[in-house]
Amino acid sequence: MSAALLLAIGGLTSAGIYLITARSLSRIILGFSLLGHAAVLALMASGGPAGEAPIAPTDGIANPLPQALSLTAIVISFGLTLFLLALAARQRTLTGDDLVEDDIEDRRVAAAGDDA
Amino acid sequence: MNALVAIIIVGPIIGATLGLMARDFPRRRDAITLLGLGAASAAAFAMLVDVAANGTSVVRVGGWGPELGIVLVADLFAALVLPVALTIIFVVELFAIGQRRTAWGANPELAGPLLGVLTSGVGLAMLTGDLFTLFVAFELILVSSYVLLTHQGQKAQVGSGMTYVVMNLFSSTLFLFGLAFVYAATGTVNMALLAERIPELSDGVRLGIGAWFFVVFGTKAAVFPLFSWLPDSYPTAPTTITAVFAGLLTKIGIYAMIRFHTLMGMDELGSIMLILAGVTMIVGALGALAQSDVKRILSFHIISQIGYMLMGLGLFSVAGTTGAILFLVHHMPVKTVLFLVGGLIENDRGTSRLEKTGGLASRRPLIAALFAVPALSLAGLPPFSGFVAKFAVVSAGIEAANTPIVIAALVGGVLTLLSMTKIWLGVFWGESDDDLANEAPGNRPLMLGATALAVAGTITISMLAGTLFDLSERAAIDLRSDTAYIEEVTS
Repeated sequence: MSAALLLAIGGLTSAGIYLITARSLSRIILGFSLLGHAAVLALMASGGPAGEAPIAPTDGIANPLPQALSLTAIVISFGLTLFLLALAARQRTLTGDDLVEDDIEDRRVAAAGDDA
Repeated sequence: MNALVAIIIVGPIIGATLGLMARDFPRRRDAITLLGLGAASAAAFAMLVDVAANGTSVVRVGGWGPELGIVLVADLFAALVLPVALTIIFVVELFAIGQRRTAWGANPELAGPLLGVLTSGVGLAMLTGDLFTLFVAFELILVSSYVLLTHQGQKAQVGSGMTYVVMNLFSSTLFLFGLAFVYAATGTVNMALLAERIPELSDGVRLGIGAWFFVVFGTKAAVFPLFSWLPDSYPTAPTTITAVFAGLLTKIGIYAMIRFHTLMGMDELGSIMLILAGVTMIVGALGALAQSDVKRILSFHIISQIGYMLMGLGLFSVAGTTGAILFLVHHMPVKTVLFLVGGLIENDRGTSRLEKTGGLASRRPLIAALFAVPALSLAGLPPFSGFVAKFAVVSAGIEAANTPIVIAALVGGVLTLLSMTKIWLGVFWGESDDDLANEAPGNRPLMLGATALAVAGTITISMLAGTLFDLSERAAIDLRSDTAYIEEVTS
């Protein structure tokens, strides 16, 4: 595995994790896009070094199986990004922002603690 | 066998598609959806009979071998869990059809077809023989569950749906990373080939992969400390949807864990699993005691019960795995029924909060009876199915001479009984507040009938306990000695 690929996977993962810890859903969506790219890159890298296009049977072709897996994963993460965007838009129409809220019951328990 | 597998996986999704086309005609839509789900459950029962008699059978999709293609493996473990899982969805859909006829029925066009897609995912997750198809099946289940949870677009559902989606999406991404690690280390994602190649890896890599997938499946299964998303998101959804989630979704995580970790021989992870299992049991049961809403109490109990299944797995013995499988089979219907009864209470009283309900035992004795059977079963009292399952798990713990986990399991059982008593006192005894009840839509006969059918199912499970125990034991022996599985798939 090349150092550049390794650095790319590491960089994308750290940036993705950082964004996911945010409270606003639009940042979380960006984080998931980056994290998804990192996972797909890792999946590609797991197939070994790059080679010729696997369609023509020559020597030294690239391993096609991880590529097929990656394609499936990309399609799934694309669909989920769209769903999350729709969810963020819905949250915005309902509350005026797209922040992930505390659970109602959690807030009730926390308030009970403040009173005591 | 090919036909049975096809019906289980493709049947519900075809029903869902046709159901969506007929969405403006409620009766036709419901009939089509039910037909798809019913066909899948019938095929699952036929598969159980076939597998119990003739042993494991393997379907190679498109004729490709395990190196490159997708194989579907119907072994006894899958064949035992599938009929229960699919029948639950069928019963819940019956309940849902009844509920849609009431004033509180919500967005009826989508829920039935989405349930069909979810059913296909459940079938695929249980039958698949490779990790990547398991990932796809998880996504199929999760995507339909995201939409089921949030499609009404109310504030509470969108809010808690966000937590649910983000948490599950994160564990799916971890799953994808795990696939990359596994493929880089072994060059395959097929589970039978992995079972041969993973034991040859160095201990560090092998246990690293095991621990990684423990986190992935543990998040789906809501194992301590990865459970906090569950009680926040489940209670906000409509009853029928929560009932399916409660009965199935976390259990799919445990199912995948039992299959993966026993097949790959991750026995060294047993001790950490047992510690987490004990904590999960106690924390879940204590969390349930602190709640004051029927649905929230039941949500925390899902977590507590996951601990018992994890305990059976973590013992890494035939007896332990038998107990875990039996617990899985018992728990899915019982949990679903309890949530359905929660829905009956809510529809009758207008709320499921304990302080606002009361006196149902004299006014609605049928609902009280429908609650009592699964509640006692959940607490593990004889002669109900929970007793058999809990007995199997605990006696496996005693056999392994692991005192702390046995004590944790028994304490968890007592705490469960306590919080079931709390529901009983709040909902069925005492005085009731009628302000909300006057606006409640009440229950349709179909809803009561579906719940009664499910309760009858749990009683059947306790009556067939001997047969089920034998079958679970055979499945556990197959899982523990993975040679049979490997031979069937690779030959």
